Amino acid sequence: MAEHYSSFTKGGRLWLWQRITAAFLVVVLAFHFFLLHFVYHADEVTFALSQARMETLTYYSLMILFLFTATFHGVNGVYNALVNQGLTGTKRQAVKWTLVAASVVLLVQGVRTANAWAGFTTFF
Amino acid sequence: MSQSYNRGLIEDFGRWREFSAGMWAWIFHKFTGWVLVGYLFTHIAVLSTSIPASAGETVVYEGTQVDVYTGTIVALESLLVVRILEVGLLAVAVFHILNGLRLLFVDLGIGLESQDKSFYASLILTGAITVASVPTFIAGAF
Repeated sequence: MAEHYSSFTKGGRLWLWQRITAAFLVVVLAFHFFLLHFVYHADEVTFALSQARMETLTYYSLMILFLFTATFHGVNGVYNALVNQGLTGTKRQAVKWTLVAASVVLLVQGVRTANAWAGFTTFF
Repeated sequence: MSQSYNRGLIEDFGRWREFSAGMWAWIFHKFTGWVLVGYLFTHIAVLSTSIPASAGETVVYEGTQVDVYTGTIVALESLLVVRILEVGLLAVAVFHILNGLRLLFVDLGIGLESQDKSFYASLILTGAITVASVPTFIAGAF
């Protein structure tokens, strides 16, 4: 019988969250590209334009949710890919916590960036 | 009764000549995923210039004093290589989205029998959307 190897943890729900965030990201990533390349254009970007969008609470909330779902989906995807390649034991734990730390840094910096436009605190 | 067979290590890329459409879809999805997550970190790093910009930090761009965010983005977007990389990013994102939809449907048990055809459709549609977007992505770079 083929050796059991899988990124799925028995009883885990991360695989489900990977798919729930995927369904959300399909729509929001397409919207993001469309808005920032076809409605607005890359060479017209200014702080004031980004600020005007981010000062709208709906847009700000969507972008924060986009940041969190994209970070989870991306980092969990990387972790799954590495586990599929045969990552186990201490190395697996080290990679896992490195990815968690990288995610936290990305989320904090992403929220600070959004807040800078929205006029909220950037914390430090 | 469930059956299993030894398919070898599916992660053994040395067997690429034996790969079927579904295997290529898996590899492309993984590759585009790596690119997108790498870009996410880069994207937030570049956009972080909004933080000093909101505090009033400026730079001189082509003789004009502008805030550091606007100056950074405009300078990057003036480079043709950045525009070309953005077209590449679009191609990567579109494929990941379309193949991701394919995977979501297959996970739900829809279209499993035609999963090879939907992979080819994802590739063709990615090519078409990317080519059609080139004028918009390159506009103003010259």
